[in-house]
Amino acid sequence: MTDAPTPPARSWLTRLAIYGPLLLFAVFVVFVGSQLGRETRVTVTSKLIGQPMPAVSLPGLGDAPGLTSADFKAGKPVLVNVFASWCVPCRVEAPQLAQLTAMGVTVNGIAVRDAPDDVAAFLTTNGNPFARIGLDKTGQTQIALGSSGVPETFVVDGAGIIRYQHIGEIRPEHIELLMAKLAEAGR
Amino acid sequence: MRALFLALLLLFAAPLAAEPTLPPAALADTPLPDAAQEAKAQALMHELRCLVCQNQSIADSHADMAGDMRALVRERIAAGENPDDVRAWLITRYGDWVSFDPPKAGATLGLWLAPLLFLGVGLLLALRLFRRRGTESKS
Repeated sequence: MTDAPTPPARSWLTRLAIYGPLLLFAVFVVFVGSQLGRETRVTVTSKLIGQPMPAVSLPGLGDAPGLTSADFKAGKPVLVNVFASWCVPCRVEAPQLAQLTAMGVTVNGIAVRDAPDDVAAFLTTNGNPFARIGLDKTGQTQIALGSSGVPETFVVDGAGIIRYQHIGEIRPEHIELLMAKLAEAGR
Repeated sequence: MRALFLALLLLFAAPLAAEPTLPPAALADTPLPDAAQEAKAQALMHELRCLVCQNQSIADSHADMAGDMRALVRERIAAGENPDDVRAWLITRYGDWVSFDPPKAGATLGLWLAPLLFLGVGLLLALRLFRRRGTESKS
């Protein structure tokens, strides 16, 4: 290569072969650099939307009946609220759950990794909107539901099919949406 | 200043309040009596992603939910279930995201094929270069 007296003018193809990879690498570096500071937390949604509710058989609080699969085949859509007494945002959504029950919605609760006494204290402080409460002491029902945190709320239709998942606390602006999803599930 | 101090205190107080009081499931941190089963369970735990702390495996995470997932893995393996079936069961609930071993199909196919593609291109370039050198040295 070096022994040629006058190197021929480089064609555009040769230039592309030389600078193309460099350019690609520069684009790669800029892309990676721009993503470095990005928040990478992913919201993990349940893949069970449109699927039947997994089998539920949870003990209740004290003498109260627990939560079983039969509670999700009542013929009318219900909400399932995955909550815990140790969960701070669960306190925030308490008034909204109360409002939903006042509007005639059945709300069933699943208390995750929670001691019965703590749940009872939580309900005394924040009110009890639940028709049924199931104690999920080892979180296995939460995993079966595809839920990855508390609070989460599922809309389950009258035939026991999960129709919608709300992640995070229910704020006042979410009530309309949940009512719409319940109406949709009731059709 | 006092308000700031109190605000800082609150910042540290909140996470403490958000801890369950209940002890974790029995199998969360207790190895299975059968060593072969425990090895299978351990291997699977290292390939399942914790849903709370996200980029840690459930074997490495101290999150309560990771403990529950470890208990689930051990319980199912002890019941004679295949590790791949346990993984598949979790994937039907949380999607491929829960597994650190992406499926070899669909959108992740590129991940598996790209190294082969790059290797092929590299080999081709190297081959051409060697050939050219060979002819140059002859002339």
